[in-house]
Formats: sequence, C-alpha cells, structure tokens
Amino acid sequence: MSETQLEQLARNLIQRAMSAGATAADVVIREAEEFSATIRMGKTESLKEAASKALGLRIFLGTRSASSYSQDFSRSSLDRLVERTLSMARVTSEDPAAGLPEAQQLGRYEGDLQLYSPDVAKLSTEERMEWARRAEDAAFAADPRIRNSEGASFEASAGSKTYANSLGFMGSYQSSYCGLSVVPVAVNGSQGGMQRDYWYTVARSATALESPESVGRKAAQRAVRRLGARKVATCRVPVIFDSETARSLIGHIFEAVRGDAIYRGASFLAGKLGQRVAGENITALDDGVRPGGFGSRPFDDEGIPASITPVIRKGVLENYLLNAYTARKLNLKTTGNAARGVAGPPAVGAKNFYLEPGQYTAEEMLRSVKAGLYVTELIGFGVNIVTGDYSRGAAGMWIENGELAYPVEEVTIAGSLPEMLNHIALIGSDLEFRSALASPSLLIEGLTVAGV
Amino acid sequence: MNSSDTFFQDTYGITPIDLDRYLAAALSEGGDYADLYFEHTTTSSIVVDESLVKTATEGISMGCGVRVLAGEQTGYAYTDDLEPARILNVARIAARIASGPARVSTAGVSSASPPAHNFYPVVSPATHHDLAEKLELVKRADVAARAYDPRIQQVRVTYGDQVRHVLIAGSDGRSVTDFQPLVRMNIFTIARQNGNVQSGSYGGGGRVGLEFFEGDHSPESYAREAARQAIVQLDAREAPAGEMEVVLAPGWPGILLHEAIGHGLEADFNRKGISAFSGRIGQRVASEICTVVDDGTVPNRRGSLNVDDEGAPTHQTVLIENGILRGYIQDKLSANVMKAERTGNGRRQSYEHIPMPRMTNTYMLAGKDDPQDIIRSVKHGLYAVYFGGGQVDITNGKFVFSASEAYLIEDGKVTAPVKGATLIGDGPTALTRVTAVGNDLRLDPGIGTCGKEGQSVPVGVGIPTLKVSRLTVGGTAPRAANSFL
Repeated sequence: MSETQLEQLARNLIQRAMSAGATAADVVIREAEEFSATIRMGKTESLKEAASKALGLRIFLGTRSASSYSQDFSRSSLDRLVERTLSMARVTSEDPAAGLPEAQQLGRYEGDLQLYSPDVAKLSTEERMEWARRAEDAAFAADPRIRNSEGASFEASAGSKTYANSLGFMGSYQSSYCGLSVVPVAVNGSQGGMQRDYWYTVARSATALESPESVGRKAAQRAVRRLGARKVATCRVPVIFDSETARSLIGHIFEAVRGDAIYRGASFLAGKLGQRVAGENITALDDGVRPGGFGSRPFDDEGIPASITPVIRKGVLENYLLNAYTARKLNLKTTGNAARGVAGPPAVGAKNFYLEPGQYTAEEMLRSVKAGLYVTELIGFGVNIVTGDYSRGAAGMWIENGELAYPVEEVTIAGSLPEMLNHIALIGSDLEFRSALASPSLLIEGLTVAGV
Repeated sequence: MNSSDTFFQDTYGITPIDLDRYLAAALSEGGDYADLYFEHTTTSSIVVDESLVKTATEGISMGCGVRVLAGEQTGYAYTDDLEPARILNVARIAARIASGPARVSTAGVSSASPPAHNFYPVVSPATHHDLAEKLELVKRADVAARAYDPRIQQVRVTYGDQVRHVLIAGSDGRSVTDFQPLVRMNIFTIARQNGNVQSGSYGGGGRVGLEFFEGDHSPESYAREAARQAIVQLDAREAPAGEMEVVLAPGWPGILLHEAIGHGLEADFNRKGISAFSGRIGQRVASEICTVVDDGTVPNRRGSLNVDDEGAPTHQTVLIENGILRGYIQDKLSANVMKAERTGNGRRQSYEHIPMPRMTNTYMLAGKDDPQDIIRSVKHGLYAVYFGGGQVDITNGKFVFSASEAYLIEDGKVTAPVKGATLIGDGPTALTRVTAVGNDLRLDPGIGTCGKEGQSVPVGVGIPTLKVSRLTVGGTAPRAANSFL
C-alpha cells in the first residue's frame, strides 16, 4: 500500500473507533518485505521471500484501555476489531496513568535519519547469494582447520511504519536493513574437538556493509582460536568483555532503567535518580537521531519526536527511559522510548543506547592484565535485573602477563551489576553501532570465574 | 465456530482442487516435494499489574507458507492474504529454489482429515470464553499472591491463550488438519524487606481449557508458589563457585536435558556434522540408569502435538536408552537425507517460518532411588529446585541453565538458600555423571518456550530427582569461604 493509503486506513480506523464511543485511540501499521538466502558448503541451502502487513489498534474509554491487532485489513474484519476492542476496554480497570501523550509533546524529528536506502531492495537474488557464498568461501580459505560450516546468510528487509492517534498525529517512515553473517566450524584434527563461531555485518544500505571476504576471515579466526579450549580453576580476576559481549552489559543497564521496571521497583536502579550508580568514567546515552542507527526513528510509537536522552553522566543516573504511561506513573516526562509491535500497548524500547567510548586500544587493555579472562561469548540468562545478581556461561581466552595465552570454555563469570558498574577500570575506544545497543570493550575488576 | 477439519474450506473456500493448483505451481520448476501450511491463530491476553487490569489484547494472524524441497535445498515463501492469486504467486516464488522441468503433483490431495489421535480434546477452548471469566482467574491469582506474606509488594499476573487452526497439504497427496489450543498463566512477584528486594515467578498451562485452572493448577496455588520463591530469596546467601555435586529437583529442572542433550540431538545439526553428538548413535552418552525420550503425545501438555507442523504424527521417541544414544530428533528433510524414520518433530513458529527439527516434551524416565535418600547421600553440594532459562553451544556441547531457587546441601541435609547462579556443563559427558535417578518423575508446570534460529515454540521438560556427581556452579562465593567445605 502507498503511504497515502496507509495513512487513510489509519485515519479511518481512528474515526470509526471514536464514533463508536472511544474517548481516544491510536493505530500502528507495519508493512515489510523480507528476503533471506543461506549458502552452506558452497551450495544454496534455502531461499525465503515474503511480504507481510499487520496493524494494531488501541482504544481508550476514559482511563480504561484495550488493544487488538490483525493481519486482515478487510472492512468487515476491521469493524469487528473496533467493536471487540471497545467491549474489552469496558472490563479493564480505571488507571489514572493510562492515555495518549499530551498533544503538545507530539511531533517529528525533521533531520535526515538515513533509515532507508533503495539499494537494499535493488540487489538481485543472485547478488545476495553471491555475497553469502563469498563470505563462506573466505572463511574456508582463511584456515585449513575450517572444515565445516553452519552456512552463510544474506538477509534483507524493507518496510514502513505508520502511526496515528486521535490527537491528530499522523506520520509514516520507511526503513531498510541488510545483513551478512557466516558461521564456520573449525575442527582439531588430532584431538577431534570442534568449535564454531560467527561474524557478521549489518547496515541500512548495502554499500555500508563490510566486504564478504573480511566477514568470512574474521569468523574463521574467531572459530579457530577456540580450538583446544579448556576450563580454568575457580578464581577472582579482572575480565575484559570484547565489544560484542560488552553490548549485553549495556543491555542489562537498559533493562534496569526502563520505566516499567522502575515504577514496579523491579530494578536495582529504582529510586536512584540523581545518585551515583557507576564510576565517574561511565556515561551512557540513548540517541534517537543517530543517522542510520538501528534504533533511530523520527518519532516513537506514540508520536514523540526523537531526541538524545542522557541516562548516566559521569556515573550519575540522570534519566530513566520512559513512554507516556511509565512517565505518568513516575511523575516525569516521556523520553520518547515508546516501542510496540502491533500486539498490545507500547512498551519501553531503546533508541540507540550506548556507552561512550574511552581511549584504550585492545592491546593496552590486555597489557594491563596480569592474569584474567578475555570474554568473547556469553550464554544463558543468569541475570536478575531486580537484584542485579549476575552469573553467565562464558568462553574466551585466558590472559597471562598482558597477552592472550590459550582458549577457555565451560566457565561462568559472576558478580553483581551495581558493583560491576563501579569497577569498570578501562573503557576501550572501539565503539561500533551494530544494533540499537552498543558498547566499547570493557575491563571489569573483581568478577568470579568458576571453572574446575 | 467451525470444526477444525473444514475450517479453511468453510472460512476461506479452500478446496482440495485449490490445494492441487497451489502445489502444482510450487513444483512448476521441479523440486522433489512441496507443501502448504495454512494457519489461522486467534490470541487473547490479559495483564494485571498493581491489582489493576491494565491490558487486554486480542488478535488474529493468518496466512499460508509454501515450501519446496529440492534435495537438501529449501525454497520458502508466505503470504498473509489467502486470496488464490496471492497463494499462487508465493508458490511460484518458493518454486525458484528448483531449476528443472515441472514435476506435476500426481498424487492429488485428498480431502483433509483430522489426525488419528487427539491428545488435547478441549471441549471449550479458552479463547472462545468471555474476557470477564478469564479476568476472574487472573484477579484471584493477584489476591492470593498478596495475601501470602505482607512482604510481597508487587504482583504482576499475565494470562494468554490461543487457538490455532492448521491445514497442511503435501505433494504426496497427504493432507491433515489440526486444532491446537494453548493456555498459560504466569505470576511475577516482588518481595521487599529492609531494602532487600527479591523476585519470584511461577505459572502453568497447557493445551487445555479454562477448567484446567483448579486444584494444583489453581491461580491461588500458582500465586502462592511465586510468592514463596520471592520470600525464600530474602534469606539467600552467595552461591558457591566451582565444581560440586548437584541434586536437581523433579520437574522444571529437566531443562538440563533440553540443553545438555536435546538440542545437540536435533537432526539438522547432525546431518551437517556440526553437533557435539554427530556420529555418536550407539555410543554411551549417559550413565546406564538414564533413559530419555522426546514425547509429543503426552495428553494436554504444552509441548504436545497431534501432528507436527509438516503433518507427520508425533511419537514417543527414545533418544537415550540405558545410557546409549539411540536416535535423533527428525524433521522431513533431515530424515530424508539421513535415511531415517521421521519422528514427528518438524516444527515452526508460524506460517512465516521454515520448519526444522524441534523438541516437544523431553523427559527422563523414573529410576529407582528414593529422592530423600538421594539428598541424604550428598555431603557437600547444591540442591537446585527451580530454574530460569538455559542455552547451549551445539558444536562444542557446552550448556548452561540458571538456577533461580537453590540450597546448599550439608551433611545430607538441605540447608541455606543461595542466590541465583548459572550451572555450566558439557552435554556429551554431563549425563555420564548422573549417579542417582529418583522414582519421582515430574513434568514441568507448562511454561516452557524454546528458541532456535529466531523461532519460538512451546515445549515441555521433565525429570525425576537427579544426582549429578560433578557440575560447575557459577556463584560468587569462593570455596574456602564456604563454611561447608
């Protein structure tokens, strides 16, 4: 559907809801085209292609609300949707915090966010498969120990989002995405051990992707260096998180500053606004206007214009991340972090949430560690945002006298997030935006590594 | 409501002749096999938070996925529009995986029929009930959790149900329909005492109707359990760090099997030779007191299916028999390539997804040991009662699962509660260290969801009380500081 048609549909649905008795309503419509190709051992393994659409409707009856979604855009189906949603809203509770944002808060960021590039859709199927094939070939060529592969994939998608509400907001924007990833398997001939690892590149434009050759080579190096990994004795040592694993830590901070966790008291950062929660070297921002950013958008899913929210500045917690509902619960102003799929009411989502980089190179960080762990992979879900308790499975390299000594696996690292935030000794200079969350490498002191 | 076997015909006018046309288009460029997966799913959910009904949501998703197999290659396309022209179009897109002369589907699809067995004969699916009736259940949970202890400060109850109609038709002429109800309730609690804040979470469900939520499954009983977990954690001390003897309580800790061996036995990884279990059929991978099955036929369980998402009947499949690896978890493609029997494990999240081998309900059969004797036999160790999630690296076999409720065992007695901690082990050897299997097999309460390659499907797990002689516990308390060592 054209942008005009989508906006017409959204406007129409809101009108129908209002004339059926709603006191306020909003609508989100998504359309997307997706494509993926997987090459394995040089052969096409799968090709997938599709287009989809869905819409979500939220209705308010005073301070009661309900929501619904559908992939059926027929008139009769949408009439039923409005009617069902209204009848649900009648039995939900009065909630003084419920409602759309204030009208004067609504708006659109007018700068060019570079979210859409037509070159993603223009690549032919053959070109996309060729990119994947080149990445896998490069992984095999990089090292003779790469003997197997889980495959290389090229993914592309493009779509639009439309948001409208009964306060008169109407907006749409398009975005595109493409990514190339490869998962080679390294085999240790003499001992029979096997290790896999991955590398990938993602961008909003095909021209911004890393070359398939460099992706393949890097993935191969990562897999090969894990061969012969072993456990280490249980100890308390400094741990370096590479930028990929450090991203998960910034993700935990994001979870802990989400408004919904805060008003429920379900976060170790609840009630800490204005207080020191991290070392003075820590500044974390949520940037909604970064050009080409994976979390950038001209307005959030309630029509609030994108902005930059400082979350932690020099160790002090300055802002929580909020949508209209959680802002009202906390007597604060929304930070434009409303995020919703089509099902259900808006949650709180990250814009581009990142930790500001420091000045240290990877070598400098390594050199500062006499004995410790360099973590390249974390698995499992052993993180409790309520208490901040942290315990996850890890793999990586052992550090001895400032150098990578041998690969490590089957260990856990454990500590507590509040303490970890205060013990980030060094921050790397290697910040890269590869998702809506980003962090440079981090050296954190005083974690427990459990092994033998 | 339409009965399941004629749902798509009645609602969208899809006839066997249409199915033949779509399959012919799918095979218009060659290919060995094609299938169509029609899905219509209705969901409803409620959230009660701070004792307010904050959200009620309903939704409908529907569509058709077309798959073409050509050797080990898969072409896939889908549409959320069930107009014939749209389905024909996606069938032709899926066909592009093959390059050869058209292969006419000679079989001709017969009228779709329901599966031979019905493992979830739900008379009145929850999705068809009034919101008010479900709200009553959810509110009861909220009240019970708050009444459990004044230290319970926050309660959030989520409830969700769905009914899924499917029609699966293959170019081999087989077609089958199914009607798959699913319900789940979950309670999340927060307890607070002198600045110490802890949480608990519990719930249950299955392929059942609303009548399921009574007795042991009542909202009150789930809520009390969620509240109890949070209160227990108020007294938790640091968890130990390092290798030790671990006793797993029956039921949900069966997530051990799901991570340690289940994923590694999925046939796609083994067909490709990238699993730590590749080529190990017939070898010992567990102690001889261990027998593990994957069973999609347990009545009314969350992980059960009458037919998998490729139309094959589900089975009880023996994965490990008395410690010896017997079989893999198969879908159609892998079974063809490996020349193995299908096991009814070809599953997908929705019509938007390519099916792959997935677990259903994975559990270990009961052994002979008295659970109390098992605990008494441990001098120093960990008793892990309840878990969060887990994960595994298929290729090196290392897996984790995270205990959210655990206790020290000291001189054969369960003593102090410890903070949540991740347990890590090696899949191919972890079960060889099982030294006792209880006589108390229990399945989980019906809350599991498994993720693989971006697709989520409902699953079940179960174990009797198990003793593992050595597993690494990822706490923070160094051994020397532990009073029991």
